Amino acid sequence: MFRGSSFNAPSRFFRDDKDFSGCSIFGMMDRGGGKVNGEPVIKAIANMKERSNGLGGGFAAYGIYPDLAEFYALQLMFEDECARSRAEEFIRRSFEVAEAGPIPTRSIPEVTDIPLLWRYFVRPLPTCLQEEEGEDDYMVRAVMHINVNIEGAFVFSSGKDMGVFKGVGFPEDIGRFFRLEEYEAYTWVAHGRFPTNTQGWWGGAHPFNILDWSVVHNGEISSYGINRRHLEMFGYVCTLHTDTEVIAYAVDLLLRRHGLSVDDLAMVLAAPLWEQIDRLPRGKRERATALRQIYGSLLMNGPFSIIISNRTQMIGLTDRIRLRPLVAGRAGKMMYISSEEAPMHLIEDGLERTWIPSGGEPIVAEMEVGTGMRAGVGA
Amino acid sequence: MKIDLERMGDPRVFRRDNGHVHIDASELHYRELNAMIKQAALDGATLMEIENVYGQRYIGSGVRLPVRIEIRGIPGNDLGAFMDGPEIVVDRNAQDGVGNTMNSGNIVVHGRAGDIVAMGMRGGSIFIRGSVGYRAAIHMKEYMKHRPVLVIGESCQDFLGEYMAGGVVVVLGLDRDPGQGLRARHVGTGMHGGAIYLRGDIDPHNLGKGVEVSEPEEADLEKLRELVGRFCAYFGGDPAEIMAGGFVKLAPRSKRPYGSLYAY
Repeated sequence: MFRGSSFNAPSRFFRDDKDFSGCSIFGMMDRGGGKVNGEPVIKAIANMKERSNGLGGGFAAYGIYPDLAEFYALQLMFEDECARSRAEEFIRRSFEVAEAGPIPTRSIPEVTDIPLLWRYFVRPLPTCLQEEEGEDDYMVRAVMHINVNIEGAFVFSSGKDMGVFKGVGFPEDIGRFFRLEEYEAYTWVAHGRFPTNTQGWWGGAHPFNILDWSVVHNGEISSYGINRRHLEMFGYVCTLHTDTEVIAYAVDLLLRRHGLSVDDLAMVLAAPLWEQIDRLPRGKRERATALRQIYGSLLMNGPFSIIISNRTQMIGLTDRIRLRPLVAGRAGKMMYISSEEAPMHLIEDGLERTWIPSGGEPIVAEMEVGTGMRAGVGA
Repeated sequence: MKIDLERMGDPRVFRRDNGHVHIDASELHYRELNAMIKQAALDGATLMEIENVYGQRYIGSGVRLPVRIEIRGIPGNDLGAFMDGPEIVVDRNAQDGVGNTMNSGNIVVHGRAGDIVAMGMRGGSIFIRGSVGYRAAIHMKEYMKHRPVLVIGESCQDFLGEYMAGGVVVVLGLDRDPGQGLRARHVGTGMHGGAIYLRGDIDPHNLGKGVEVSEPEEADLEKLRELVGRFCAYFGGDPAEIMAGGFVKLAPRSKRPYGSLYAY
């Protein structure tokens, strides 16, 4: 269906005028809850243009739908009108819909082969919930249903008061296409893609999202197969043909459903080597051993640097031996996480400190209490 | 991308003053910037001041003349890659791959640098005032009189000197008490040539297999005094005080640490 159709990469698939490199990731969070529009984050990610090749760009923005914050913002891409009516039939049957309409875009020559892009502000119909099923669990089930069973339709964003905007193109073009200068967010996360193992298509651009969780990723997850099979046991079905999808679902499973701390999450995704575990003090050693034993199938093998975000947190993490770059910076209440140092300085004159996190050790920016920001799922 | 050398005619971007060249790198793509640098070096410039550098890669790459390049800002990855002769001075932090396969010349960074500093470096010297990230001096090498040098003022992260084949690395640890050891792990993994000098100690668990720790001998101390002297000349500080901190030397036990790993 999708892949190979209008969703696919543009015809000029290889751009030879390009140095081969890696993806770019960038995140910024105002821990005081102050909001900015999409211009700084676009400027920052565009500064790392060498790291992407025009086959994927995307953004996650938190705090952008304050008037409809009680509703899940379902953002979907459709192959055609038939796919839209099939999906809308399901949405009307399953949700109370507060508002629906096309996502505003601007026509620019750099972004082509565009799917239909719609958003729906929804609340689960109480009659649809299974016994003891929470609204979040219901949402995950509904997203999986659409992605797996409704031909030509994909959910690319399903959180509250947040949205993912992504597609095939350089990130700065995708940002202009989605008119991100018109949105005000306290957390912005961005990605420029350089796909190496799978095709560049609209659904495969980053961020990957489920509920409030968004993940952007530079690297490759060589354990994708075992991670995907493990997640399928918990109802997550990978349909987007990009390894990063497993990280988004693993984060939802571990943080929201299993209630792990961020440190424990890091211990699962980027588990320390056994020889390091052997040298930990007793209590920590037992904990690390237990996490590796229980969640061995969610160890992310291979090089990665990622930014995980939800409504109250922004987390940076690399693989345990740091095979991909990540640098953090702080300026007052602003926290930055980036593939490279320069873009942080480019958009922030007053950067007080920048540092390189150690492999496997998470960098966590947390929303200050009293900012009126509701905790995101699992937080 | 088209390289717009016309911009060299624009005095706001490119200004010449008695063998001194000023470049405003705002909005310049690295290919334009590096074309300007190479052209100015060929035209006989002795000093280049480059302002508003934000992430432009490969600055100084392939330049084979002894010019001095002063960078104000944050140069991008692979600063001075394959460089052969120039001196580069950076007033703030540098990114990944400083001095990648550099052949000769000198790089002085007044801030911190990222990962893989001095990767595959073949000659010349690099001085970093602050810390460096992962895998500094990975596969640094030496050949006859070409003996590269990397001096790090503060600390390094894991895999310092991974697969190191030659050259000299010094980690001064000025961000901690001399009694407090270097925290980096897997130091010298696969090292089979060259020498690493650490001011302060290191936990043997953090060393790669096949690395031997010893007291520096007089010839080592002489080299260290020279390098510490240069470090203090660039960044300030008291060489005698730094030397008093006490060093250990890391060197490979064997030139073929994995010789018997796959062949029995």
